[in-house]
Amino acid sequence: MGKTLFHKVWDRHAVGKLPDGSTQLFIGTHLIHEVTSPQAFGMLRDLGLKVAFPKRTFATVDHIVPTDQQVEPFKDTLADAMIKELRKNCAEFGVTFFDIPSGKQGIVHIVGPEQGITQPGTTIACGDSHTSTHGAFGAVAFGIGTSQVRDVLATQTMALSPLKVRKIEVRGKLGPGVYAKDIILHIIRTLGVNGGTGYAYEYAGPTIEGLSIEERMTICNMSIEGGARVGYVNPDEKTFEYLKGRPYCPKGKEWDAAVAEWRNVASDPDAVYDDVKVFEASEIRPTVTWGINPGQGIFIDEAIPSPEELPEADRSSAKEALEFMKFKAGQKLAGQKIQVAFFGSCTNARVSDFVEASKFLKGRKVAAGIRAIAVPGSQGVSKICAEMGIDKIFREAGFDWREAGCSMCLGMNPDQLVGDEICASSSNRNFKGRQGSPTGRTLLMSPVMVAAAAVTGEVADARKVFAKA
Amino acid sequence: MSLSPIKRITGRAVPVEGDDIDTDRIIPARYMRCVTFDGLGEFLFRDIRQSSDGKSTNHPIDQAKFKGSTILVSGMNFGCGSSREHAPQAIVRAGFKALIAGNFAEIFFGNSTTLGLPCVAAKKEDLQALTQLIWSEPNTEVEIDLEKLQVKAGKLSFPVTMKASAQQGLLSGRYDAIADLLANLPKVKELAARLG
Repeated sequence: MGKTLFHKVWDRHAVGKLPDGSTQLFIGTHLIHEVTSPQAFGMLRDLGLKVAFPKRTFATVDHIVPTDQQVEPFKDTLADAMIKELRKNCAEFGVTFFDIPSGKQGIVHIVGPEQGITQPGTTIACGDSHTSTHGAFGAVAFGIGTSQVRDVLATQTMALSPLKVRKIEVRGKLGPGVYAKDIILHIIRTLGVNGGTGYAYEYAGPTIEGLSIEERMTICNMSIEGGARVGYVNPDEKTFEYLKGRPYCPKGKEWDAAVAEWRNVASDPDAVYDDVKVFEASEIRPTVTWGINPGQGIFIDEAIPSPEELPEADRSSAKEALEFMKFKAGQKLAGQKIQVAFFGSCTNARVSDFVEASKFLKGRKVAAGIRAIAVPGSQGVSKICAEMGIDKIFREAGFDWREAGCSMCLGMNPDQLVGDEICASSSNRNFKGRQGSPTGRTLLMSPVMVAAAAVTGEVADARKVFAKA
Repeated sequence: MSLSPIKRITGRAVPVEGDDIDTDRIIPARYMRCVTFDGLGEFLFRDIRQSSDGKSTNHPIDQAKFKGSTILVSGMNFGCGSSREHAPQAIVRAGFKALIAGNFAEIFFGNSTTLGLPCVAAKKEDLQALTQLIWSEPNTEVEIDLEKLQVKAGKLSFPVTMKASAQQGLLSGRYDAIADLLANLPKVKELAARLG
């Protein structure tokens, strides 16, 4: 009987059983950032412990960095204390830090793949729930809390119970103007925001195989929004091609050996799954969220549902969402005025996202009165976009082209919504207050839909807006 | 680290009603600009306890009748969203000792258990009855028995569930795994060498 990638990787990395019945799992690669690691280093000091395998931990700074200019000291003294603390901790414990002057800084989930640190068949942990992004390479990647960051620093392991595996098979051809973001928003809408609790999601099928690696990252990134802590795609030729030559990948003969090993880690054709769900790509249309969780989405041509027509379990949340968003059941989102367009985040701030949107933004202008910001996911992304002239297209369209960071996805830096502004956002969460203002309203959508919203000043079907492109 | 076993939690309870209460709502990101967890309790549920002009919304946590509660009662999918341990840290630092909800998001559940903050899941009808009871009689003492996985409050008595390893960890005082993990470091080093 065949095994899934999840079980193969789990078995290879299991140190043994712990007294409470959980498994002690070895973590191949540990990524850290400034928000969830300082307390963990503090705990290490309190316990008199060292970092057990400093070469297996990599740090960067992303959540709190200002994106207008990355000049220190930061105006926000709290943020400034956080970057200095991370710098100090990395130096003291011997951890590699992709610091601002390195040219490699950026959102941790974009930097890992870019540097080739993210590799198939390994286990990855990071104190951030979007760590599932790395699953796009066939790694098993867990978002963890700060005490577990401490555990991984001190032992390179953590205590975990195995997950069930649900295969999510997507078949068929995506329509024009339908993107990876629409696939994952549709999956979450269908299976629910807690439908994946206890599962690892294996995204498979011809549609997923047809996606680029960066598109697969968008899908794996949002696994947690569906309740699944882990999401992955089996590695294939595209994976190896993407990784080849990246700084931390093996070279020469070692590369060949690694690829051979990575091929074997993919789920066996006769692997047994705890559950299988099938989606038809042709049924997916551009999706926009109308509520306060990522499962509250509709196709652009649909109307916002009334709570009564939803399953009983979703009604109270839907009522709360309508009230908070100041929307009405039966209303369509197309035509809804926006005030802010945010293009960025670990979900959609990679080179391919900017390239795709730039095709449509070229020669167009952001609508009057719209605050549009574009935040590349890393200094690396920024550099490539500059070389390709992509930044120029965004700037000429009227986007504020920023420096790398998490920015307005969660508003921990100065990039925040004001009052109850409505933001067309390429990020991953539309929770109440997520973008920095307690009453701010977030509409999640694909980057190209954000571009369409920016140029029209309202939520719009990008397929129509850009029909003449 | 030697920790005391946690077998039973008793105290008054406060309702924080609603489903899908996410970690951004538990502790908004802008209050995580810090390098320690100290002081986070003050910002627990900040944006639902205060309006944008800083006025109290009279949230149950701030109502005199619920002052001193140590058990928090909520709905489905509590703690969804970010992996921030700041969320359970804020709950603990605000004086809470246990949570009862419909179910919990996975990362939040693990983060809470590690801190010795038990999260037990109750059936919807039991949760509704408990919520109703504490609204009408806020002085009711609520007892969570982690050995029997049973909640008692006034005349109410209902079963709750919890992942077996978490229950085991709390009952044996091994809910923070660090000591057990450290004990196996020689085996970890062997495995690391094998994996290369």
